Amino acid sequence: MDILSAYPGWLIEHGAALLVILPLLMGAITAIMPSERLSWVTTMIVTLVLTVTSFGLLLTIMGGESQLYRLGGWDPPHGISFVIDGLNTPVLFLISAMALLTTLYALPSVAAEVEPKKRPPFYAAFMVGVAGLIGMVVTGDAFNVFVFLEVSSISTYVLVAMGASRDRRALTAAYNYLILGSIGATFFVIGLGFLYMETGTLNMADIGRILADLDGGSRVAMVAFGFITIGLGLKLAMFPLHMWLPGAYAHAPSFVTVFLASTATKAALYLMLRFTFTVFDPSFDYVITVVTYVLTGLGIAAMLFASLQAIFQTDARRALAFSSIAQVGYMLLGIGIATAAGLSAGYLHLLNHAVIKGALFLCLGAFWYRYGITRIDDFAGLGKMMPWTMGAFTLAGLSLIGVPATAGFVSKLNLVKAALDKEWYWAATIIVVTSVLAIIYIGRMLLTAYFQSPPEIDGEVVAKNEAPLMMLIPMWFLVLLSVAIGINADLISDAARDAAAVLMSGGS
Amino acid sequence: MTPHVILRVVSKFLIPLIAMFAFYVQFHGDYGPGGGFQAGVILAASVILYALIFGLDAAKKAIPPSWVRIGMSLGVLLYGGTGVATWFLGGEFLNYSVFTPDHPSHGQHYGILAVELGVLLAVASVMVAIFYAFGSRQPDLTDEDW
Repeated sequence: MDILSAYPGWLIEHGAALLVILPLLMGAITAIMPSERLSWVTTMIVTLVLTVTSFGLLLTIMGGESQLYRLGGWDPPHGISFVIDGLNTPVLFLISAMALLTTLYALPSVAAEVEPKKRPPFYAAFMVGVAGLIGMVVTGDAFNVFVFLEVSSISTYVLVAMGASRDRRALTAAYNYLILGSIGATFFVIGLGFLYMETGTLNMADIGRILADLDGGSRVAMVAFGFITIGLGLKLAMFPLHMWLPGAYAHAPSFVTVFLASTATKAALYLMLRFTFTVFDPSFDYVITVVTYVLTGLGIAAMLFASLQAIFQTDARRALAFSSIAQVGYMLLGIGIATAAGLSAGYLHLLNHAVIKGALFLCLGAFWYRYGITRIDDFAGLGKMMPWTMGAFTLAGLSLIGVPATAGFVSKLNLVKAALDKEWYWAATIIVVTSVLAIIYIGRMLLTAYFQSPPEIDGEVVAKNEAPLMMLIPMWFLVLLSVAIGINADLISDAARDAAAVLMSGGS
Repeated sequence: MTPHVILRVVSKFLIPLIAMFAFYVQFHGDYGPGGGFQAGVILAASVILYALIFGLDAAKKAIPPSWVRIGMSLGVLLYGGTGVATWFLGGEFLNYSVFTPDHPSHGQHYGILAVELGVLLAVASVMVAIFYAFGSRQPDLTDEDW
């Protein structure tokens, strides 16, 4: 690899730890910074370094090398280890890159939405949240996962609550999220406790090995699996456990919504994959039963009900939040199919959806920034008032529906193929039906924006007022990326296939 | 004659002892139960007792909230900085053995000492910060209301 040789050796060698430590420490420094601009620049530099580092790690993974980083020099079953393999590295890169793009967007957006005095701590909370998300993806230690899960969740509650200076409902949304998120974390840690009781170790690879020797373990391991599935289900907004999500997405500052929508549930979904397939093993009866019946069932339910709910929302951000829950359903369906093709389709959708939903929420943030628009009815005339932003919204919306030559099409096509391979014709039908539902809720916004004329104030048509360049760049970058994936998806589907291969081989 | 004089005299006597006990727990943490977290809570308890008896304003004069905020960050940085130092000495993150390559167990000792100091600072500051945040919401009770 040519690009890889340009990386200093220590950056690759210690990259796994750097990804977590850098944002964590810089978050602590940013928290006491006096100036808003300085804290933004710091965040920008940190996220840039994260992106470069995780890209380097991604290159080593594509070169076929996985890594194990021993924290403190202690060997794995006793010490904490960070793992870099085909399954988590694309998610690491996704989180870092989305953090970079949203930080670019944050400068105008945060200036409009957060009180000046709170901005440096706001960026600090953001960086700690990034550290938590990266930590829960990179770590190979099950208890460490819980710690980072809490780190990311607690900073996310704060970030959501910061929306209060724009919309007081952010406070109740953050409180809801706090209560449900804590319940999720509690379930997760109870599950870990049972696992520890059964195996006597907290290292994920070690737990996997011991459970395989124990032939899946006793009822204790079964109960542990139940608790862990529910705990993670709450975090990733699995259908009946999704109640925290619409409020949190709708009332958080726009920049936080973008970041949450494209990374937080994805990291939890990654953990679900990790625990179901490498710590536990689908060859255990109770695991495959849960995967085939519960995850698939809930995924299908999410696709149908959340899409229907999205249609009846009046608030655009709530509509897209419900759509996110539906999209999580697609990913769960991919897991539920539980073949290599299904898993790689689910994983692909995880990456693609992050790009698409990120772009859509960036556009909604820009609508609010210029005109204070959140309701779908107020979209009237946006096609003329903000042509570039609305153009990006349209392309991303088409991608969400799954129009050919977009990212959404690629992952939905793979998912349908995987379902057909397994002869789950009903699942393929439901994917098509829910795509039609997506046409309705996205179409409603597009129709209002393009086929209604801009409102008049005091007899004058509202003037055109395009979003600032710092908002347009990340938005169009994601939109073009989604189109690029739609045209040539080789690179990203290879990554998804590698990830599925790691899962099918049980993590080794 | 000020009210609740017994409380004031007794706590004036106790507060230094509590703080000293915190440091005992901190440094004895190497050999027995204890360590940065417990010590931090005990140290914060001495500040909180002072605030309860002599009023929040007096406590804020003794330990200003701006120091508390810096203490929180400094604690994290001390912990993380130890790890960064081990990086620069060529080891893995938090591999204290590299501090004294000839005698790794000494390095482990120094490393954990620095890290625990960071924990002490962070925990004590956070506890005091939480108390200040809640305490500042209501006006102080006047002496007549006691």
